[in-house]
Amino acid sequence: MEGLINAWEGLPEMWQGLLITTASVIAVMMGVILSVAFTTLAERKVIGYMQLRRGPNRITLFGIPVLHGLAQPFADVIKLLLKEVLIPAQADRTLFLLAPLIVLVPALTAWAVIPFSPEFVLADINAGLLFILALTSLGVYGVILAGWAANSKYAFLGAMRSAAQMVAYELSMGFAIVGVLMAAGSLNLGDIVRAQQGGALSWYWFWLFPLFIVYFIAGVAETNRAPFDVAEGESEIVAGFHVEYSGAPFATLFALPEYANMILIAALASVMFLGGWLSPFEGYLPAGWWITEPSFFWLFAKIGFFIFIYLWIRATFPRYRYDQIMRLGWKVLIPVTLVWLFVEGIMVWLKVGPWSS
Amino acid sequence: MSRMRTWLKTFLLIELLRGMAVTIRQFFAPKVTLNYPEEKAPQSPRFRGLHALRRYPNGQERCIACKMCEAVCPAQAITIDSDVSEDGTRRTTRYDIDLFKCIYCGFCEEACPVDAIVETRIHEYHFENRGENVMTKEKLLAVGDRYEAMIAADKSADAPYR
Repeated sequence: MEGLINAWEGLPEMWQGLLITTASVIAVMMGVILSVAFTTLAERKVIGYMQLRRGPNRITLFGIPVLHGLAQPFADVIKLLLKEVLIPAQADRTLFLLAPLIVLVPALTAWAVIPFSPEFVLADINAGLLFILALTSLGVYGVILAGWAANSKYAFLGAMRSAAQMVAYELSMGFAIVGVLMAAGSLNLGDIVRAQQGGALSWYWFWLFPLFIVYFIAGVAETNRAPFDVAEGESEIVAGFHVEYSGAPFATLFALPEYANMILIAALASVMFLGGWLSPFEGYLPAGWWITEPSFFWLFAKIGFFIFIYLWIRATFPRYRYDQIMRLGWKVLIPVTLVWLFVEGIMVWLKVGPWSS
Repeated sequence: MSRMRTWLKTFLLIELLRGMAVTIRQFFAPKVTLNYPEEKAPQSPRFRGLHALRRYPNGQERCIACKMCEAVCPAQAITIDSDVSEDGTRRTTRYDIDLFKCIYCGFCEEACPVDAIVETRIHEYHFENRGENVMTKEKLLAVGDRYEAMIAADKSADAPYR
């Protein structure tokens, strides 16, 4: 122990910083990957419960009898990784294997700017929101490449649908973010959270309610989740852009990024509209108690809440038809955001609302 | 006016929230799934599962090779050959049921004048090699011998309704 401390202090400052950064990056990555694993389990459990079933309840962790089904994600991952990687004869080999990585990397990189608690954020950059917008729109290139490289009609159709949907919903999502920007006056996610201080009613979901709803709907569409999952559309185009994938590329192309993006959208929604790591009881209950203190616990609770809504929506609604998706994106969501941006502009001008100072 | 109301219902997501209320109620409702190997659904004595050939209490085969079951079988799953046995009675030398062809309709059971071929309530069986799907006379008689008590109880429970 003594020797370790001496060796640590003997390191140059640059190396110390590098080691600390690497360790925290790995910690965040492992956290995200583990939450992805348990989100898949939660999805099957929640949807099962809503369909009066029990969901997976066989595989136990360490043989503990109370945790039936808890090890299901590990069993799934081991199964997927052991499967054969098939590459279609007509496929473009390089692109076919590259595409999953192009989807995966942005989904994990975007976590760098999410503020987990008042003290902890991997990269406290000023253009955090811009960074997130850029990275989330990068992911669609991987989807298109996957569809194109597989050289299959179904995969190609799925990729094209996915591209059109992303373009349509990126816009309304961007407009919703502009509303947050106008309210907070900063692109830094930490500053956005700090601007919402003062209890549940001064968070932006209250003043920007239409934008909040639009953002979440666009987020569901952006992650290709039900009811916006025409890119997969089992009943029409088999499985969409990932028909030809199997084994480990399938896991990295489809399972990991889809759920990582879901959690990312949930985290962003909590940061921008539900006050991130701020406590909902701040200002309503006596101060000095842990319940009113800002902490990472509140952020995780809010992310869990949004994930549950994701699963709830998936268990409730049937899939949109392709033209209905386009209609909703272009003709409903974008006008709603534009109107509310106008209203918000007037409110800011007349100094109504919490951001007038 | 009604178009306006429909539009408002859609735009304010009221219809969607109603749908979500239904699913959240189901979320908390008691679950109907049975944990299969540990819990099992109740079975009727009329359950039609694996076939069996029965014997009389003195050990004599019931089947008299009348071939009624072979004639009535809609899937033509039954094949019977017959001959005169040592004691001078008419007996089957071959009685095969192909379980892959069988549709478990129970007509053979209904057609049988001596209650020889029956369908038991056994439904958890499997084959590990090709050809095992054909139940020969020996296998059918073995099933009948093994489960005679159960078969007799089921038949007597159903007897008042026949």
